[in-house]
Amino acid sequence: MTDLLTMTAVEARAALDDKSISAVELTEAYLGAAQATEALNAYTEITHDKARDMAKASDARLAKGEGGALEGLPIGVKDLFCTEGVETTACSNILNGYKPVYESTVTQNLWTDGAVMLGKLNCDEFAMGSANETSARGKVSSPWTVDGDGQDYAPGGSSGGSAASVAARSSLMATGTDTGGSIRQPAAFCGVVGIKPTYGRCSRRGIVAFASSLDQAGPIARTVEDSALMLQSMVSHDLGDSTSVAEPMPDLMGQINDGIKGLKVGIPSEYTMDGMADEITAQWQEGRKWLEDAGATCVEVSLPHTKYALPTYYIVAPAEASSNLARYDGVRYGARVEGGSLDEMYANTRAAGFGEEVTRRILIGTYVLSAGYYDAYYIKAQKTRRLIQNDFIEVFKEVDLLLTPATPSAAFPLGQKDVDPVTMYLNDVFTVPASLAGVPAMSVPSGLASNGLPLGLQLIAPSFREDTLVKAGRVVEKAAGFAAIASRAAGV
Amino acid sequence: MTDNSNLVEGRSGLWEVVIGLEVHAQVTSQSKLFSGSSASFGAGPNEHVSLVDAAMPGMLPVINKYCVEQAVKTGLGLNARVNLFSVFDRKNYFYADLPQGYQISQFKQPIIGEGEITIDLKDGTSRQIGIERLHLEQDAGKSLHDQHPSKSYIDLNRSGVALMEIVSRPDMRSAEEAAAYVTKLRSILRFLGTCDGNMEEGSMRADVNVSVRRPGEELGTRTETKNLNSIRFIGQAINAEVARQIEIIEDGGAIDQETRLFDTSTGQTRSMRSKEDAHDYRYFPDPDLLPLQFEQSWVDEIKANLPELPDALKARLMEQYGLTSYDATVIAEDLETAAFYEKVADGRDAKLASNWMTVELFGALNKMGKTLAESPVTPEKLGALVGLIGDGTISGRIAKDVFAEMIETGGDPDAIIEEKGLKQVSDTGAIEAMIDEVIAANMDKVEEYRGGKDKLFGFFVGQVMKASKGQANPGMVNQMLKAKLDG
Repeated sequence: MTDLLTMTAVEARAALDDKSISAVELTEAYLGAAQATEALNAYTEITHDKARDMAKASDARLAKGEGGALEGLPIGVKDLFCTEGVETTACSNILNGYKPVYESTVTQNLWTDGAVMLGKLNCDEFAMGSANETSARGKVSSPWTVDGDGQDYAPGGSSGGSAASVAARSSLMATGTDTGGSIRQPAAFCGVVGIKPTYGRCSRRGIVAFASSLDQAGPIARTVEDSALMLQSMVSHDLGDSTSVAEPMPDLMGQINDGIKGLKVGIPSEYTMDGMADEITAQWQEGRKWLEDAGATCVEVSLPHTKYALPTYYIVAPAEASSNLARYDGVRYGARVEGGSLDEMYANTRAAGFGEEVTRRILIGTYVLSAGYYDAYYIKAQKTRRLIQNDFIEVFKEVDLLLTPATPSAAFPLGQKDVDPVTMYLNDVFTVPASLAGVPAMSVPSGLASNGLPLGLQLIAPSFREDTLVKAGRVVEKAAGFAAIASRAAGV
Repeated sequence: MTDNSNLVEGRSGLWEVVIGLEVHAQVTSQSKLFSGSSASFGAGPNEHVSLVDAAMPGMLPVINKYCVEQAVKTGLGLNARVNLFSVFDRKNYFYADLPQGYQISQFKQPIIGEGEITIDLKDGTSRQIGIERLHLEQDAGKSLHDQHPSKSYIDLNRSGVALMEIVSRPDMRSAEEAAAYVTKLRSILRFLGTCDGNMEEGSMRADVNVSVRRPGEELGTRTETKNLNSIRFIGQAINAEVARQIEIIEDGGAIDQETRLFDTSTGQTRSMRSKEDAHDYRYFPDPDLLPLQFEQSWVDEIKANLPELPDALKARLMEQYGLTSYDATVIAEDLETAAFYEKVADGRDAKLASNWMTVELFGALNKMGKTLAESPVTPEKLGALVGLIGDGTISGRIAKDVFAEMIETGGDPDAIIEEKGLKQVSDTGAIEAMIDEVIAANMDKVEEYRGGKDKLFGFFVGQVMKASKGQANPGMVNQMLKAKLDG
C-alpha cells in the first residue's frame, strides 16, 4: 500500500497502463490514506462510493486500452469547484446543503480524461484567506511539523486542504484556485508544486467566484511533471466563460525535460521586504545558481510598481467579491434565516452565513465602489493594476522568466493570536503581482527552513508560456532534490 | 422660439414644460441576453430559467450576439452613432427577483451614442427629437405579491431577457410631443423587427422625466415617473405632473427631485422615493464579460440590409401616391397599415384609396372595436371597390352602400353590385332616354334654364339620377345633359 502512495502520478499512470496496478487498488489506497489522515481536516467530504465507481470504470477502460491522460488517477477537488450531486459550499455556511446540478468545466475535463474523484477539499471561506483558518469547516493542519514544538502549522491558503492533502499523500493530485496566491503559497508551505496558469487558460465556469478578473484554477501535485500532466487536462477553451482563451496550450509533457539552456532569467530587485528571513534570500540565491548551472543567464531586473500590488489587490479583489457574493441572499439556495421583511431576511441570512473575513472583504469592496470613493479607490486601483501589468510586459521584453521567493517566510503556527488582517495579507506579497498581471506562475519546493518546514521558489513566465514555466520548474526541482516527506503524511 | 402654442397657462403666467423619456424596449430574440433560455412571453412560472438566469454559483454570462445585432440595427434606425467598443457594467442592488444581486447593464460606455428621430404632429408639422444613448441590459424577474397572504412568489422567466434602454434628450415640450415620440419610436422598432412594441405585454415601457420653467429660464427640478405602459398613460402622467409642479411652484414651494409612480385609477402621480433614498448602485465594469467590440464592416453589413423605415416610407407614400403629410403619417405608422394601403392603391386612384382606407375603413373598424388585422374587408376587396369607383362602374354614393354590405358580410364588391343590381348605367342610349324623359316632363324649367337660370342645371342632374335610381354614371349624365340643354 505504501508503494502505491509513493508513486508520482506519471509513475502511477504508467503502472496502470502496464497493469502492474489497478485503478481500484490505487483509489482504495488513497481512500485509506484520506481516512488515516482525517485529523488534518483536509477533506470536507470523502466521496467513497463515487471514487470506487469511477475507479472501476477506469479499470474497464484501461482493460480495453482506452485510458485517458489521467485514467485512474485519484484526485481531490477544492470545495470551490461545483461538483454535480456533491455538496459544494466554498467552505461557507451560507451554502450549507447546496448540491449543484452541474459540474464545473475544469473538473469535467479531469473526469473526461479518466481521473477519479476522491472528495472535496477544505479551503478558506470563498477562498478568502492565506492560512485556511477562515473555513466554516474548520482549520486545516499542515502535515508538516516542527520537531518538538507540538504545534499545528498553517498549510497556507486558500487552497490549504488541497496542498495539505497532496503533501499528506491523501490525494495524488488536487485542484486549486489562485486569486492572489491561493495555489502557490499553500504549495510552498506544504512542500508541493502548484501552478497558476495564465488567466483564461482554465474555465471559471462552475467555480464559485471570488474575484472574477483574478480567479484561475490550477493543479497542486507532488512533482513538476505531475502538475504539468494535470494542467494539460484542466485547460480548455470554454464558450461558457467569456474570459476563457482560445490560445492552444503547448504540449507540456513533450518538452518538460528539454532544459533551459540559453534562457534569460530576471531576478526582480523589488521581491524582498523588511524583516524577510535570511534563509529566504539564501534560497533565492541558490535558485539563481541552479538555473545558471543549467545554462540560463540571470540578470537583475526591476518591476518598479511591485510595491503597489498588494494595496491594489486588496481593492480590486474585495470590490469584485462584494458584487459576486450578492447572489448568496437566502432566496434560491443555501442557508436562509427568516426575518420579518425581505431586508431583514437578507440581513439575518448573510450575517449568519458569512464568516468574519468574508464580511470584512464585502464591506471593503462595497466601500471602494461607493459613490464618492469609487474614483479614489477603484479607479485608482485599476490604473495601478495597468502599471503593474506594464511592468511585466516591459520586463518580458528583456527576459524569458522571473525567479522570486514564493513567500516571505515559511509556514506559521495555526491560531496565532492578535494577527491583524494586514499582516496576514502580507503572505501574498510575492504572489499577488502575477495575479494582477494575469501571467502564469508556479511554486516549486526548493528546500527546508532551519525549523524543517518547506520553502518554495516562484517562477513567473509571460502569458501563455506555461511551457517555459514547467521546463524551468523541472530544472529547479532536479537541482533542489527535494525529498523530504511531511511527518504526518499517510504511511509515514 | 416665438411659438407659444405649447406653453401652459398658470395662475401667474405662462410655463414651459420640458420632457425627456427613457424607454425600455424588450429586444426581439429567441433567447436571453446572457443565457440560452427562451425569451418568449407567456410560459408558466419559472419555465424559462437557466442556471445562469437563477445565478447559481459559478455560472457565467455569455453575450448573445443576436441581441447585439438587434441593438446595432436599432441604433442605425435612430440615426445614431454605433460604438464599436462598449462596456457592460454591474448595477448592484438587492431584490428578491434579481438573482445575481446586480443587473448587467451599460453605464459609461453604451453600445449606441447620440441619434435623432423625427416626430410627426397632428397639425402635419414635424420636429427633431434628440436621442442621447441606447444601451443593452438584462431585465429582472417578477415578484408576485398576491399569491399568498405573507409571502411573495418569484417568477424568473423574465430574468435575463434583453432590454434596450433608449434615452431621449429633454427635447419634448408637451404631452402630445411625448406621445408622438413614443409612437414614432415604436414604429421604428417594429419596422426594424427589434422590438414588438406590445406595451400591454410589457415589451415596451417608459419612464418620464418632467420639469417646468418660465420660458427662457434655466431648467427646473425634474421628477421621474416610472413604468408607464401605454401611450395614453404617458400623456396623462405628464399632464398630471405638469399641473402638480406648476401648482407647487406658484404656491411658493419647490419641486423635490424624486421618483414617482402614476396611479391609473386616480390619474395622479405619487411619490415612490426621494433623492435621499436613491440607491447607490456601485456601478463597475463586469469582470465576467470582456468589453464588447466589433468591426465597422459588420455594422455596414447590417446597415445595408435595413428595411424601409417610417420616414422613408412616408416620403415614398407622398411621392409615389401623392398623399398629404397627414395621410402618409397615418398610413406609415406601422408596416401592416402600409402594406394594406399599398394593396388597396395598387393600380388605382391613390388618393381615393387613402380616403377609403383612413376614413371609411378605419371609421368602421373603430366602431366595431376591431384592428386592421381583424378587418372583415380584405385589402384586395377594398381595392376592387376603389377600382369600381375609379372606372365609373359605380358612383361614390353607391360605393358607400356596397362598402356597408362588405363590412357586414366580408363579401366581394362585384358580387354585391351584381346581386343588388347597383351597377352604374353608362349606356349612352339608356341615359339619353332618361334625359329626354326628364326634359319632356319639365319644359318650363328648360325654358328658365335657357333664359339664363344656370343654377337649374343641378336640378336636371338630380332628376336624371333619381330616374336611374342613382345608378347612372354622373359624369356622363353631366356631359350629355349639358349638350342637350345647351344645344
